[in-house]
Amino acid sequence: MKEIRIHARAGQGAITTAQLLGMAAFAQERYAYAFPHFGAARMGAPMNSFVRIDDKEIRLRSQVYEPDYVLVVDATLMRGFDVLSGLKPGGAVIINEREDVPNPEARDGANIYSVPANKIAQEVLGRPLGNTVLLGAFAAATGEIELEALNKAISERFAGKVAEGNIEAAKRGFDYIKENYAKD
Amino acid sequence: MKEFLEGSRTVARTVRLCRPGVIAAYPITPQTHIVEDLAQMVADGELDSQFINVESEHSAASVVLGAVAAGVRAFSATSSQGLLLMAEVIFNIAGMRLPLVIVNANRAVSAPINIWNDHQDSVTVRDAGILQFYAENNQEVADLVLLAYRVGEDPKISLPALVCMDGYILTHGHEVVDIPEQKQVDKFLPEFQPVVKLDPENPETMGYLGTPEIYMETRYALQETMLEALEVITSASQEFERIFGRALPPFYEAYKLEDAERAIVAMGSVAGTIKEVVDEMRQEGQKVGLLKLITYRPFPADALYEALENVPEIAVLEKAISMGAFGPVYTDLKASFQGKEAAPKISGFVIGLGGRDVSKDSIRRVFEELRGPQTPAKFMDVKTELVTA
Repeated sequence: MKEIRIHARAGQGAITTAQLLGMAAFAQERYAYAFPHFGAARMGAPMNSFVRIDDKEIRLRSQVYEPDYVLVVDATLMRGFDVLSGLKPGGAVIINEREDVPNPEARDGANIYSVPANKIAQEVLGRPLGNTVLLGAFAAATGEIELEALNKAISERFAGKVAEGNIEAAKRGFDYIKENYAKD
Repeated sequence: MKEFLEGSRTVARTVRLCRPGVIAAYPITPQTHIVEDLAQMVADGELDSQFINVESEHSAASVVLGAVAAGVRAFSATSSQGLLLMAEVIFNIAGMRLPLVIVNANRAVSAPINIWNDHQDSVTVRDAGILQFYAENNQEVADLVLLAYRVGEDPKISLPALVCMDGYILTHGHEVVDIPEQKQVDKFLPEFQPVVKLDPENPETMGYLGTPEIYMETRYALQETMLEALEVITSASQEFERIFGRALPPFYEAYKLEDAERAIVAMGSVAGTIKEVVDEMRQEGQKVGLLKLITYRPFPADALYEALENVPEIAVLEKAISMGAFGPVYTDLKASFQGKEAAPKISGFVIGLGGRDVSKDSIRRVFEELRGPQTPAKFMDVKTELVTA
C-alpha cells in the first residue's frame, strides 16, 4: 500500500486532487481511498487530504502518519511546518514552488521535486491553479500512476475546455520532471 | 458496476435506485452532499421524487413522516444536532409504525461545537424504536440502505431505520463501490405496500391519544416487533446475497474470532483499522480478533453471546458514552452475558470522540490494555495535560 499526504489550504482543491489520484489508480484497476481532513473548516485554513493506493481493498481508516509521498499545493504552508514529517525513508515530496519560500533540505534519502506548478498552470489554464500540474509531476516522479490514467480521471471529473486544459497541465508537469530530474 | 465514488454520492445513487417518492432533509455537515446530490438528481429529472425543502430537521422528519403515512416511500438524511432535533419526531415515526430510511452521517454533538465523527448522535436515539445499522465502508452503507428499506417495510415489521455512516471518513471518503442495477434493486425492494395509510376513501387516524388502557400495549408490540426484526433481518440478508451476489452479514462480521484470546467489539469504519491491526498482531503470533457489530437495534444479544462466549477477553470500543455510566454497547453486551457461566472479561473503551483520529497504535494499546484489570469505560488517547481539575 502506498500512502500520500496532500498539504493545502481549504479551497485550493486538495480534495479534488486526492480524488483525481484515486480515480487514476482506479482507472489502472487498483483500489484507492481518498479522504480529506479539515482543521478549522474555513476557507484558507491549512488542511490535508490523503490517498491510499493498493492492489487490494483498503481497510485502514486512520489519517496518514508515514506517507510514501507528499504533495505540497501551497508552499506557504512550509513556513513553520515540516512537510517531510513522517515521510518514509526514500519517499518523495513534490512541491508547488514559490520563489519567496525556500524548499526544505532533503533528509533520510527523501527526493524533493520542486515544480513551478502555478506558473505552468497560469500559462496553460490562465489561472494559477497548479494541482493537475503537480499530479502530472507526481506521475513522472513516482511512477505510481500513468499519465494516461490521470488523463482519464481528469476527463471524467471535468468537461470540455477545463478537462482539455488540465490534461495539458498534467502533461506539462509530467514533462517538467522528466526534463529536470532525469535519472542517471 | 464498480465505480470510484464519494461516500455521499454512493448513498444518493443507492437511494435513487430505491425510488423514494418524497425526500426531505435540511443541510448539515457532514451529511450535506447526500441531499445536494439527491436534489440535483430530482432537478435533472433523473429521479422522479418530490424534494421538499424545509426549515429544520424537525420539519424534515415531519415531512417524511407525513409522506409514509400517505403510503409513499420516503428518505431523509442528517447528522448530529440535526438528528437530535429530529428525535422527537423519530419517536413518533416509530410509534406510528411508519417505515422509512434515514441516513445519519455520524458526527459529534455540541457543546463544544464539533463537525467531526463519533457515534454520540445516533446512539442517543437508540430507544426510539428505530432500527439501527452501522457501516464499515461505503459499500456497506449502500447495501445497508437497501436492507433497511426491505426490513423496515416488511409488513411484519413496519418500522423506520437509521443507517449510520461515519462523517467525513465515509461521507467524504472516495473509494471503489459496486452500485447495483436497477433491476436487482427492484427485485429486492418491490413497490412499498403500507400496512395502513391515510386514505380519504377509508379515513384512519394515526398517532391518536393512547390512554393508559392501550398505551402500554403499543409499546409492548413495538418491543416484540423489534425482536422479531432479528429474524427478518436474517432472511433479508440471505435474499440480499442471492440477488446481489455479495454477502451482507445480518448482525455482525466475525474477523479471525474462532481461536481469539482477545477480541475487540466495535461499530463503524474503525473496524477496518482494527482488521489491519488484527492481521499485524496475528503475524506476530498474537491471537486477536474483531467482532464488527452491524445491527445495533434490535440488539442481537443471543447471536453475540454465541459468537463471543469462547473469547476470554473482550474490549468494547465505542465512539460514544452514556455520561455518568458506560458506553452503550458495553452495557448491552454485559447484559447479554449477565448470569452466564464462565463469562468473558469484558472491558469498555471510549475512543475517537469528536474526530480524534484512531490510529493503528491506538488499537494496539486497546489490545494491550486487555491484559490488565477489567475496566468499564476507559477513555483512550486523552491528553490529560489539557484537562484541569
